[in-house]
Formats: sequence, C-alpha cells, structure tokens
Amino acid sequence: MTTNTLTHRGPTVRIDVNGSRHRELNGQIREAVVDGAQRIDLHSVHGQRYIATNLRGEAEIHIHGTPGNDLGAFLAGSKLIVHGNAQDGCGNTMNEGEIVVHGHAGDITGLSARGGRIFIREDVGYRAAIHMKECEGKRPALVIGGTAQDFLGEYMAGGIVVVLGLTLNGQKCHRASFVGTGMHGGVIYLRGDINEHQLGKEVGVSRLTRKDRAILRDLVTQFAAHFGYDAEEILASRFVKLVPLYLRPYGRLYTY
Amino acid sequence: MKTYLPPRFVIDRDAERCIACQVCVRQCSFGVHAYDGEEDEIRSYEENCVGCHRCSVFCPTQALNIRLNPLSYRPNVNWQPEFIEDIIRQSEGGGVLLTGMGNDKPYRVYWDHLVLNASQVTNPSIDPLREPMELRTFLGRKPDKVELDPASLNLKTQLAPQVAIDIPVLFSAMSYGAISLNVQESLARAAAEVGTLFNVGEGGLHQKLYKYADNAIVQVASGRFGVHPEYLDAARFIEIKIGQGAKPGIGGHLPGGKVSEDVAETRMIPAGTDALSPAPQHDIYSIEDLSQLIYALKEATNYTKPICVKIAAVHNSAAIASGMVRAGADIIALDGLRGATGAAPKMIRDNVGIPTELAIAAVDTRLREEGIRNQASIIAAGGFRSSADVVKAIALGADAVYIGTAALIALGCTVCQQCPTGKCAWGIATTDPVLSKRVNPDIGARRLVNLLRGWSLEIKEMLGGMGINALESLRGNRLHLRGVDLADGELDVLGVRLAGR
Repeated sequence: MTTNTLTHRGPTVRIDVNGSRHRELNGQIREAVVDGAQRIDLHSVHGQRYIATNLRGEAEIHIHGTPGNDLGAFLAGSKLIVHGNAQDGCGNTMNEGEIVVHGHAGDITGLSARGGRIFIREDVGYRAAIHMKECEGKRPALVIGGTAQDFLGEYMAGGIVVVLGLTLNGQKCHRASFVGTGMHGGVIYLRGDINEHQLGKEVGVSRLTRKDRAILRDLVTQFAAHFGYDAEEILASRFVKLVPLYLRPYGRLYTY
Repeated sequence: MKTYLPPRFVIDRDAERCIACQVCVRQCSFGVHAYDGEEDEIRSYEENCVGCHRCSVFCPTQALNIRLNPLSYRPNVNWQPEFIEDIIRQSEGGGVLLTGMGNDKPYRVYWDHLVLNASQVTNPSIDPLREPMELRTFLGRKPDKVELDPASLNLKTQLAPQVAIDIPVLFSAMSYGAISLNVQESLARAAAEVGTLFNVGEGGLHQKLYKYADNAIVQVASGRFGVHPEYLDAARFIEIKIGQGAKPGIGGHLPGGKVSEDVAETRMIPAGTDALSPAPQHDIYSIEDLSQLIYALKEATNYTKPICVKIAAVHNSAAIASGMVRAGADIIALDGLRGATGAAPKMIRDNVGIPTELAIAAVDTRLREEGIRNQASIIAAGGFRSSADVVKAIALGADAVYIGTAALIALGCTVCQQCPTGKCAWGIATTDPVLSKRVNPDIGARRLVNLLRGWSLEIKEMLGGMGINALESLRGNRLHLRGVDLADGELDVLGVRLAGR
C-alpha cells in the first residue's frame, strides 16, 4: 500500500515516507538518484530499515525522523544526513560515501566498513567499528562525538576510529570495556581517559605522531563543521592512540 | 626439540628403477626428497612425507611407492595411534590441532546404507540414450500457488528470482586464499561449460574471474571480505555463510602468510595480516537478525537474485531451517559432518555436527510438515563422493548438492589433509605462485567437465532405471529409497523403509 508522496522531481526531491515499507522507499530513492536528484529529503521516517542500501552516486539524502537498522548498508557513494538518531548497523559493510548523524547511533555502527566516513554527534552502542578494515586506496573513518559502549573496535583490521568524549559531562574516563579486543589493524584516537583494564589484551597505547595529528585534525575539523563545534577547542585536549600490538594476534594458536 | 613422532609413511625407492632424475626432488613441496651430488643418489627424509603421492605419480620410472608406516604400537583399543600422535604433536607445538579436508572418522556413512529402486515388469524403465531426460533444476523460492490471467492465460503470479542449473551439482564454497586462483578459474570455467555454478567462498571474487560471474555464487560471511557493489551485482546468487560442516560454530583464520598482495586485494584487506572471520556474524544473533541481513542483501540487489543461507548441519537444523525460510532465505544450504575445509581445528572437524543425510531428511520433513518446503530450495553438502550419493540426496529431499572435495580430487587432490600448511604439492590449497602453476586452468576445467559429464550420464541412467524422466519427480520421493542394516530410529529420521518392506 502506498501511503507516501513524492513531490517535484528534479535536483531536489521530497518524499513523505509515512508508513511505507523499505522496498518501496528504496525504489523511490534509487529512481530519484537515477533521475538526477542531488538532494532528497525523506520526511516522517519511522524506523524503515535498509534506507539507501548499496546506493551509488553523489546525492545528499536528508532523513528527518528515525531511520531503522542497517541505514546505508553496503553504501557505495552518496551522503546520508540523519536529523535524529540512527539505530543498529548504521553503515554496515559500507564501501564509500558519508553518513552524518545528528544524534546517537546504536550497536555495530560501521560494522565491517571498508571505506567512507561516518560522523555521529553523540554516543554509539556496543561493538562500534567491529571488524572495520581497510585496503589499497580505502580507509574508512568513524568519528564519535560522545562515547562508546563495550567492544569498540573489536576485531578491527583497519580504518580510523575517533572518540571525542564530548558527552562525558565532566567525567574524564570512558566506560567501555574490552576496547579493541582482537584488534589487528587500524587505529583508535581517543579523547578522555581510558584505563589499561578497559582495553583488549591485543591493544597497546601510544602517543600521537605528527602524522596522527594531521589525520585527527582533518577528521575533527570535518566533525566540527557538521555539528557546529570549535575544532581547535577539541583538538587542544589530550588524545591517546590505541593500536594493535600484533598483526597476527592468533598466530601462535595452532599446531600443524 | 627432538620430535617423538615416528614417520607416518615409508618410501620405497626401487634402486634399479631410479635414474636420479630429481623429478621427485622438484615435485615434493614438503622437503622429503633430496639429491646427494657426491653419491649421485637421492635420499628421502620420510619424516616429512605427508602421503600425497605427488612424487610417485610423477616419477617417470615408477621407482617410488609410498606406504603407511607399518610401525605398530602395542595394541590398545583406547589408545589408538592417532591419539598418541596427536598428544605428541601438541606437547611439542602447544596449540590447537589444525587439520584440513573433511571428517575422517568412522561415523556411519548413510549413503552406503541406502539403496535405490528400479522398475521391473510393472512399470517400464526409461532408456536415457533414446529418451529425453530432464536434470535441469531451478533454485529459488517457489510460489504457494500460481494464478493465470483468465483472458491472456499469461502468468499473473509474480515469481521470485530463480537460478537454473543443468545438473544438480554445484561447486562448493572454496575461497581464494584457501585455494589457488588457478583452481578457482578451473571451477569457474567448468561451471560455465556445464551449466552450473561455482561458489567463490568468503574471499571475494578476483577481477580475473568477473567474466564468469554468471556462474558465480558469492558469499557474505562474518569477515565480509571483498564485499562491494560490483561483487553483489555480479553474482548469480548470494550466500550468507553462517556455518560450515567442517567447523560448525567457529570462525576461520586465514594465516597472514597466505595473504599475498593479490589475495589481500581480492579480500580488501592489507597483505600479510591474518584474515579473521569471527565465529558469529556480528549483526546476526537471532532469526530476526538473519532476516535483516537477508533483506539488506535483497535491497542491495533490488530483489533480482535469490539469497541463500548456509549453515552447518547441527542438532536443531530442522527448526533452524524453518526459521531461515521464514526469515526470507530463498535457498538453504546444509553442510554436514563430513564437509571439508582448508583449515579447521581437528577436534571440531571430527566431533561437531551431524551427518548430512540425516539433516537433509530432517529439514525436508520439517519444512513439508509446516507447508513451507516450496519457499526455499535445499542444497546439501558434506562429503558427496559419487553420482549415486547425489541421486540419494535428491530422493531424500535435496534440490541439488554442493561438491568440494570431489572437485578437488578431479584436479589432483589425494585428501592428504595438509591444506592449512599452504604447501599443497598438487598446487591446489596454496597461494604459492610456483606451486599454483601446477594446476593449469585449461586442463583443470577439462577434468572437471569430464567428471560432471560422467555424473550427469550416471544420474540419467539411475533415473531411467527407476522409470523417471525428470529429476523433479524424484525430489523428496523417499519411496525410491530403502534402508539396509539400519535401526528403526535411523529409518524413522530418514523417512525410509527397510529393504524388503
């Protein structure tokens, strides 16, 4: 049953989603992108899953309301801007493009992403950036304005995670445990304190190099631009760098 | 540390036949044979021999024979030599025992206790040499009913995407990294020629193989290696890998040593790092979550291709399969106890899971009882050795089968179980560029096509004998099976009568 409406085709498209299902909605988004839409506004989004899955192109999609799980799964381009919170699996196996969430995001944000950028203004749930990876010419980044739950960066094989701790409200220390368990690639830059016992045993703490600073500055500047923060103020704080201790954490597990 | 392991094999070199040509030295990748220039003779270090027979097959004068080491321990029913030697290996290596290929333990092979029917007097058999026989199989969700438009008589029901295969045998998931690219190319070419599909496993689809994408099944597994838009677009269907018969419940580690530049690029990871596939998919902790990934993939491919879900056959497979179908799987793949692997912990491979025969019967029965059998095709996997096994599986309720080991044997594999070492002397389970050249895709494809041609002829022969001219009529037709030497409980699960009844 179609309950949504779509107005003025062209560079700007408005879709009133209301109660329509994901299949129909994604069909309309794809169609609009093929027709050359540069900006698509989705209004009254009520938990529809898989929005913009595997979407290619350059379009900017503004989501007003609450998108459901797997927002931008397999994303292959485009920019998704959520004016609200995202749920679980945001940016799942993402390849390219950008997701900007003006709010919180749920569990497994950026699961297995291997390209693109995700900016979350507030906090993320459990296992964010799990199994994030990178390869020739692709290096994903997840910037979290607030803090994360346990198992941040679990099994991480590549990519960049930045945690800014802006929601810690005076508490200095992040509360996540098992950060970077099984991590064997990539890097986490963390503002605010984290204790040794909160880290996975495959993770080491080190200081930022000049190269790290440049990467961090670039990402924090983008973050600040998205959400109206002062990048310099954020960058003035102390950051720690979490890196894997081994390329092959389980190299000595087996007997042949 | 001095090893306490005795050599497993004895190498008999016939001195009169040996011409010291050093073929064996060059062929062995395990360092067994060495040429002694001073004495002009070849010495063999038997402790390194894995019994793969590469040297004896290539010896131009048949000077080599490889035998099991007859060395006997004091007989002991409990302490079989395998247990003694495993303990020695672990006390020297201190890790999880790793092995390759499928379960080699003496669990009952039910195929060998099931016999097929044939027509005699009361219904004629069909001669496949003269009559058309239909092996074509359509994989995918079938509608509950079909409606025709009364005016035009065109089909009104919208069909779910289907994939047609000309023989009910597909090549099972084997990833680039676990096997060489030449092996994948052999499988791809053979699949294209025969009209079936090959499964690229979870290691991505190499650029060189995109031209065979029409015959490719791609996997989305817990590592999500090599998953990108073109990969999903290219495939005939997408398989979500939950589990594997050789290692139910655990993930996989492709060791960094096997992750060459080329493997890394295909998997989209840095070269030299371990490719870790976690045990669970971290977005799937329930049937509802599975449904979410199924629909994410359907959305990603705009509902143009079936989505398959592969599980290892375990105790509750029937209930799980019911959930999978309800979650939206169009095809379910069941990989049984004897399913093979490029690397698995030995304890898992040999002790976890249930035989594929029982799983097929249990799943087919359950889906029928619930009236949803039409909603998904079943592909069975796990140790299929011959066309007779295939025919029996289809009579038990499978739509098609996956073969892995059988295909590799066609390419030279002798099931020596050394896959995780990466030193495969037959050039199959390796990414070593020199060893990989031992499989020539032209010849490999030819051998595989020959195998499937043979099986296809045999399947037609068996069908004809039963008086059936289309594979469709045999599917789940368990009256064409009888059990021999099986207990009541086994017959009950298989849904098969005892021979004579």
